[in-house]
Amino acid sequence: MTDLAEPGAITQTTRKDWTSDQEVRWCPGCGDYSILAAVQMLLPELGVRRENTVFLSGIGCAARFPYYMNTYGLHSIHGRAPAIATGLAATRPDLDVWVVTGDGDSLSIGGNHLIHALRRNINITILLFNNQIYGLTKGQYSPTSEVAKVTKSTPFGSLERPFNPLSLALGAEATFVARTHDMDRKHMMETFRRAHDHRGASFVEIYQNCNVFNDGAFAQITGKDNRGEMLIPLVHGEPIRYGPEGEHGVVLRADGSISLVEVADVDESDLLVHDEHRDNPGLAFQLSRLSRGPFEPTPIGVFRDVERAEYGAEMARQIEETTARKGPGDLRDLLRSGSSWTVS
Amino acid sequence: MTDTTTNHEPSRVLDRVVIRFAGDSGDGMQLAGDRFTTSSALLGNDLATLPDFPAEIRAPAGTLAGVSAFQVHISDHDILTPGDDPNVLVAMNPAALRANLPTLPPGATIIANVDAFDDRNLGKAGFAHNPLADGSLSAYTVYEVPMTSITTEVCKEAGVKPRDAERSKNFFALGLISWLYTRPLDPTVEWIEARFSSNPMVKEANLRALKAGFHFGETAELFESSYEVRPAPLEPGEYVNVTGNTAVAWGLIAASRVSGLPLFLGTYPITPASDILHELSKHKNFGVRTFQAEDEIAGVGAALGAAFGGALGVTTTSGPGLDLKAETIGLAVSLELPLVVVDIQRGGPSTGLPTKTEQGDLLHAMYGRHGEAPLPIVAASTPSHCFDVALEAVRLAVKYRTPVILLSDGYLANGTEPWRLPDVERLPRIDPDFATAPNHTRPDGTEELWPYQRDEATLARPWAPPGVAGLEHRIGGLEKSDGSGSVAYDGANHERMTRLRAAKIAGITADIPLVEVDDEQAGATVLVVGWGSTYGAIAAGVRRVRALGHQVAHAHLTHLNPFPPNLGDVLRSYRSVLVPEVNLGQLSRLLRAEYLVDVVSFTKVQGVPFRAAEIESAILHQVDAEARREEEAGAGWPASAGGEQ
Repeated sequence: MTDLAEPGAITQTTRKDWTSDQEVRWCPGCGDYSILAAVQMLLPELGVRRENTVFLSGIGCAARFPYYMNTYGLHSIHGRAPAIATGLAATRPDLDVWVVTGDGDSLSIGGNHLIHALRRNINITILLFNNQIYGLTKGQYSPTSEVAKVTKSTPFGSLERPFNPLSLALGAEATFVARTHDMDRKHMMETFRRAHDHRGASFVEIYQNCNVFNDGAFAQITGKDNRGEMLIPLVHGEPIRYGPEGEHGVVLRADGSISLVEVADVDESDLLVHDEHRDNPGLAFQLSRLSRGPFEPTPIGVFRDVERAEYGAEMARQIEETTARKGPGDLRDLLRSGSSWTVS
Repeated sequence: MTDTTTNHEPSRVLDRVVIRFAGDSGDGMQLAGDRFTTSSALLGNDLATLPDFPAEIRAPAGTLAGVSAFQVHISDHDILTPGDDPNVLVAMNPAALRANLPTLPPGATIIANVDAFDDRNLGKAGFAHNPLADGSLSAYTVYEVPMTSITTEVCKEAGVKPRDAERSKNFFALGLISWLYTRPLDPTVEWIEARFSSNPMVKEANLRALKAGFHFGETAELFESSYEVRPAPLEPGEYVNVTGNTAVAWGLIAASRVSGLPLFLGTYPITPASDILHELSKHKNFGVRTFQAEDEIAGVGAALGAAFGGALGVTTTSGPGLDLKAETIGLAVSLELPLVVVDIQRGGPSTGLPTKTEQGDLLHAMYGRHGEAPLPIVAASTPSHCFDVALEAVRLAVKYRTPVILLSDGYLANGTEPWRLPDVERLPRIDPDFATAPNHTRPDGTEELWPYQRDEATLARPWAPPGVAGLEHRIGGLEKSDGSGSVAYDGANHERMTRLRAAKIAGITADIPLVEVDDEQAGATVLVVGWGSTYGAIAAGVRRVRALGHQVAHAHLTHLNPFPPNLGDVLRSYRSVLVPEVNLGQLSRLLRAEYLVDVVSFTKVQGVPFRAAEIESAILHQVDAEARREEEAGAGWPASAGGEQ
């Protein structure tokens, strides 16, 4: 699959075409495998070119992802992938830039870059593998670990309150915010597709199981037998309902709060209708905090999808407009732009 | 406006003069100095400038901490420095006088804004008595000029309130000095009219103050005469007056043009580098993208990301920012991608002296990364040289696929000199030489790109930005297998890659000019070796020593890693080597380590450039020492006792 492809035509590809020749070295049973598979299966469906696709990462288990993709790839340094991606996306609007990161990489050491990439609405798709633990450094607590968590570095329990990644992203002015989990390939593929199609910064939190250092962190809500009662699928334009028979739902109370109800106890028209495109992120924020952790009914899907000017396109627009107004830059004139004088 | 050109006959012609404008940080001294410089440049003088301002935007008014000064040296001949000591000090208040008295030689002229010498300001400056009245300034020629009151008076007629009018007193001072040194006002008048076109009241106040100052000189009969400094015999050509930071910005734009690579600047504001961002952000019609990042790390990260995508990635910073960028620069060394890091050095460590100059980052540039992470370093010698060095940094970065550190400093950044414009058509091209085809065939006959398959001559690897089908590849900060670029942990490969990266940078020595030695009669025993912004002071010091009848040689380094190929031979061909630096001896350490030559380090770290006189005296000291040694050897001392063969 290394023939120079014809420019112009997008040839039909398969998962194999997007798979590099490198041996995948995650621990057996790691949730990362299913995420990799979902991405490799989705890409042939997107009608995009391998040569115009870049996977970029920082440091951590998730950050090995680019090596396994037969695309252009860059495995960078801890926490900085959003910054590096910013320079790439701002200069190469023709590329699909995917940033693969983890909860330590993007919420701890790289927190600053993450929030600013979201705020600027850089045209990148961020996949945050959240396993609530440090894996590559062998089992310390992370910024998403729960309070009192006992780990190698917190033998008496963690004292820190965790970040809620979606609340953080919404607070950072993100224009696309979604959540999915590693046990549902179809849901992942659908969520990644939406994230890819969004122009600007897309943020996807993926509940990902680390079977070595934090096994079963999400099992109470993502396990096959629990999902029906514990995952709340968000569907744009539909009342928010969940449960095997759709018997539970979400309502907006008079005081502005949202809460879970039994549909039988309320008028169906009282159920909150999900609106991804709502300009005000307030309701999306409330939904992002509906559950206090992966042990209560938790919404998944697209929380927010709004249109805003995309940074790289705006940068290009300023260049075009200035060039149209002033004419293309002339080096000779530039050097004379102060007061020049001639000595003869 | 024509009555303010020159309707009086200057009675005295000077070959050069050094003027220092000094006042509160809010007094507009930088502006007055800058406008005086422009008028002088247009008159054809050679010149050099030294802005000297505090880190605070508005330090408490009237205090020593708040004094802001601008020194300009104008002459009718080629000069190299902004002058050691001012001939004329314009002191807008007692603090400005007090702060600058130590550098004022006896016989100098002081023009004091007498209105500001009240008890309150005298107290703030720490004067127990008024120095204008107590005879303590008897060694100087002192002119007391009521600048504030005349300015407010002439502005009152235009309806400007006294408090606002007072702010125009810098233009009064400028007008007065313009008369004294026979500078035309027209360029400044035009500038004021353009600059303040949207604020007619301020425009009028400034114009009135400027002319009042000029007329005061003419009519007050305070001054015996005015002076003239005639044009310098500069080489024919078109000139502009340029700061180092502007020259860096223009050099980068030029490099973008000659390489065809779109320029991307990722940076974070920091003194004294921010002006490069300001300048580049204006020139979007050259396709320049400027990105003000969330921090220094993101600035260099974005620049590296742009380089991965095939752009000319540049970041600009000063010492504290270079600390933060170290990890990403190390990644660039490992990725072997072109990246230009511009470091405008300032006094350190830590926040140090943000607005003052220093050459303290040479060893940081050289060694400031973990692991074996060599990279090329180039340094600018003068403000206009920054243009050439920016082009050279880009050439090396692109050709050798490596980060390059360009060292400038606060003195070059804000200082100016006349620059004869180069012929832009003749700037050498820079070929990005992007990979266009696979370079490796697998056993099964399919082809692929091996990102670390090196060019045999340069050892550079292919640069293959995304977008080309068939060249998809993955690179990263983990050690890579020689050739294929796959992740590799084995020790033998790591050693091979470490040596290859080092050899690539070391090999650049064959691709840079020999160091030139200025040794007029080829008979000197003492060689002065400098780098960066000490050029002017060293060259001026060397001239003075020669004028005293001694021989001395001067070599100035632009390439600091690798060094020019002949440097070792040059060092060894002199009896002694003097290395002046504005740090505690960083180049001297490198020279000793590299060439085993016992160089003599001469250093100063006061946040200001060397004065020519300091260099002169250090050279004389060295010349004397050499002469004594020769005498002793000639007197028949046994060679073993003298240690000199």
